Amino acid sequence: MVSRSSSPTVVLRLRGFRELGIIIFIVLISLVIGARNPRFLTWGNLHDMLLDTAILSILAVGMMLVLVTGGIDLSAESGLALTGMVAGMVIKAHPHLSPLFMLFLGLGLGSLLGALTGVIVAWGRVLPIIATLSMMYVYRGITFIISGGKWINAYEMPDSFKEMATGRLLGFSNLITIALLVYLVFYYFIYHTRTGREIYAVGSNLEAARIIGIDTTFITWLVYTLSGALYGLSGVMWVARYASAQNDTATGFVMTIVAACVLGGVSITGGVGSLFGVLLGSVTIGIINNALPMVRISPFWKMALQGIIILVAVMVNILITQSVERAQRRRRNEEI
Amino acid sequence: MDRDPCPRVLYGADVENGILELRGISKFFPGVRALNRVDFDLYPGEVHCLVGENGAGKSTLIKIITGVYQPDEGEILYQGQKVVFANPMVASRYQIAAVYQQPASFPHLTVTENIFLGHPLIHPKSKRLLWPAMWERARELLRSLGSDLSPTAVVGTLSVAQQQMVEIAKALSIHARILIMDEPTAALTRRETEDLYAIVRKLRAQGTAIIFISHRFEDIYEIADRVTVLRDGKSVGTWKIVEIGEQDLIRAMVGREITQLFPKAQVTPGKELLRVEKLSRIGFFRDISFSLRAGEIVGLSGLVGSGRTEVAQAIFGIAPADEGKIFVEGKEVTIKSPLDAIRNGIGYLPEDRLHQGLFFPMSISDNITIAILDDIAPSGWLQPEREHEVASRMLELLKIKAPTIFHPVSSLSGGNQQKVVVAKLLAARLRILIMDEPTQGVDVGAKAAIHQIMSDLAKEGLGILMISSEMPEILGMSDRILVMHEGRISGEFSRGEATQEKLLEAAVNVERSRKREVNISG
Repeated sequence: MVSRSSSPTVVLRLRGFRELGIIIFIVLISLVIGARNPRFLTWGNLHDMLLDTAILSILAVGMMLVLVTGGIDLSAESGLALTGMVAGMVIKAHPHLSPLFMLFLGLGLGSLLGALTGVIVAWGRVLPIIATLSMMYVYRGITFIISGGKWINAYEMPDSFKEMATGRLLGFSNLITIALLVYLVFYYFIYHTRTGREIYAVGSNLEAARIIGIDTTFITWLVYTLSGALYGLSGVMWVARYASAQNDTATGFVMTIVAACVLGGVSITGGVGSLFGVLLGSVTIGIINNALPMVRISPFWKMALQGIIILVAVMVNILITQSVERAQRRRRNEEI
Repeated sequence: MDRDPCPRVLYGADVENGILELRGISKFFPGVRALNRVDFDLYPGEVHCLVGENGAGKSTLIKIITGVYQPDEGEILYQGQKVVFANPMVASRYQIAAVYQQPASFPHLTVTENIFLGHPLIHPKSKRLLWPAMWERARELLRSLGSDLSPTAVVGTLSVAQQQMVEIAKALSIHARILIMDEPTAALTRRETEDLYAIVRKLRAQGTAIIFISHRFEDIYEIADRVTVLRDGKSVGTWKIVEIGEQDLIRAMVGREITQLFPKAQVTPGKELLRVEKLSRIGFFRDISFSLRAGEIVGLSGLVGSGRTEVAQAIFGIAPADEGKIFVEGKEVTIKSPLDAIRNGIGYLPEDRLHQGLFFPMSISDNITIAILDDIAPSGWLQPEREHEVASRMLELLKIKAPTIFHPVSSLSGGNQQKVVVAKLLAARLRILIMDEPTQGVDVGAKAAIHQIMSDLAKEGLGILMISSEMPEILGMSDRILVMHEGRISGEFSRGEATQEKLLEAAVNVERSRKREVNISG
């Protein structure tokens, strides 16, 4: 029954065409832009681009897990701002604290915020989009309250903290290293643990997941908590990178996160999404942001182009999916 | 049995001018012949009952009359003229309307909006909707049915009986000449049923032709003028109701040769695995008590809607019972969720595999092993080799046709998808299995394989509670058979004493309808 010889390639074709499509797109756009502005393909610029993408790519992992369960976490952007503000205030008051401690502080505080959102969604049974929309405003409001409306500025932060973003390890910015670590940890979590598997099960069929005994409420809570941990981590990174903690940090950024996920092939209806895809989606958005100004496309056009690119990518994906399904149906009919 | 397919004398009906005639209608679905050269006719002013077991083809026939399906063979005559009901809109233009057991109305819209959906009253010039006129008309229609429902009430807030009323009013609003009622009394109380009979009689007197589908012999002998029996997609015959007794009707419904062989091996039942006592869930089932022993397959029979699935779902914790006790291996257990059930060694194969059984985007392997992650990942880390070993073994055991175990389940054919659900349950190695229609929709080969596996599992000492609508399957596979009727157990038979007739008699509860007749006459 099982013909092993053909298996890997067929599966790659089915599962990986989205990723392959994005890779082709990334290579094409890089070549085109590189041809018009050679500076684009220099190591320095590519590194800057990755640096800009690092935080987005981490946030996209958390968002992907939530999307895979069929939810959405709109509170990510203000959760990030709140953790960032708290981190800024803490480091201002205690400049001697180590950057590593600050990162764990972000992880912990973010987990708490995410866990709270998760409780509302999982046990309170509030629709994710409504629950997280509310929490988006709540966390943003708390950011203003605790800061009294004031910023934490660069001169109020110790150098050791800012070096988290400027320092390098093996030629890569620390932020990129952190992002890679996050991807490594989540790769194992998503693909090699039963909990990771159960997240996909909940997203692809909630009813069936419940029937086989998966604690669907816990899984739902867990993905918001993980999303929280990651936006908490990102909040600290963000403040270090821009050397300021502001009240309106990352306002509107949640849509960029969702866009990165969608570009990477995550299904808004749940059940589908891959870590690799999300990484590519984030990088693509990073390229669009970085490259368009280099070929002197007006920033006014940038957003519109970003929207068009997402739309085209998704539409192409639909067309390919349909033709793959047609081919499968034909094959099935031949078998019968 | 008197066979008189074309009665000359019929109470009140206009037999000279038949309104609808189906000639030699056949309908094929992949692998199934749902209808096989069925003839059917209908006169204005008669109530024509359509009866048959689950899967006899009643619904398919109705869908052909309402234009949902197109027949593959045969022709439809409307008032003697050949017609094609290309879609439901065409059928409604011929003034054909249908009312279902659970009305398919729009719960958020008002009574008036539901009644006039699809054919609103519109101002001829300005094209605006004439709401006051529609409210007035809706009120009139409802009043003619003896109902004082408000035309602006929101349908979702009404009772099932009231929603049916709205559907009937909708039928009247298109001046329906043919009204199809699909098990309209199944969800009604006795009182509401009487009211419905009154409306049906009134419509009949006004010359409406009514097709009435019901499992309940009470309904059939109360309201029918003629009855047509379908069995396995064929029409067994049409009789005037006064000419056919209950026993003959039952025989017409089941009279089928049992040709398939079922391999349930004789096993001496071991210790008791599961016992339920006086299990009740308000509105669904009452006082259900039975036991299941190791090595036994207990068949749960009864018509669709008799509460079989609800009992299974209560034992499995999907919709827990309100009252009663469940014992597993002699110990009383509390089952409030599927997780509780699984911890007590109970597994469930849902009837609705599409919505309750499969994870479509995930691979075949992932689907098969998702319920046994405890084995595959004892410490939380998945072990792909073990996963693939289990999945490959199941693929071969059930002969699932798939290129590899890594393909998504969504790429499989329907029959193979069902086998994956069965594989998932078998992989879980539980002591007590509840299987709701285990072989529904799978091909003959897969069916035999699944039956063989069920028999083997029983031999290994598992207990299986099997719900099935297929008589041969129930009779062939079960050591004992419980029959349900309207939420209660109406009969229990050992393998030796069960026959198709006895099971159907218990399923339609002839005794109870007979008692009722006596009550009415006395």
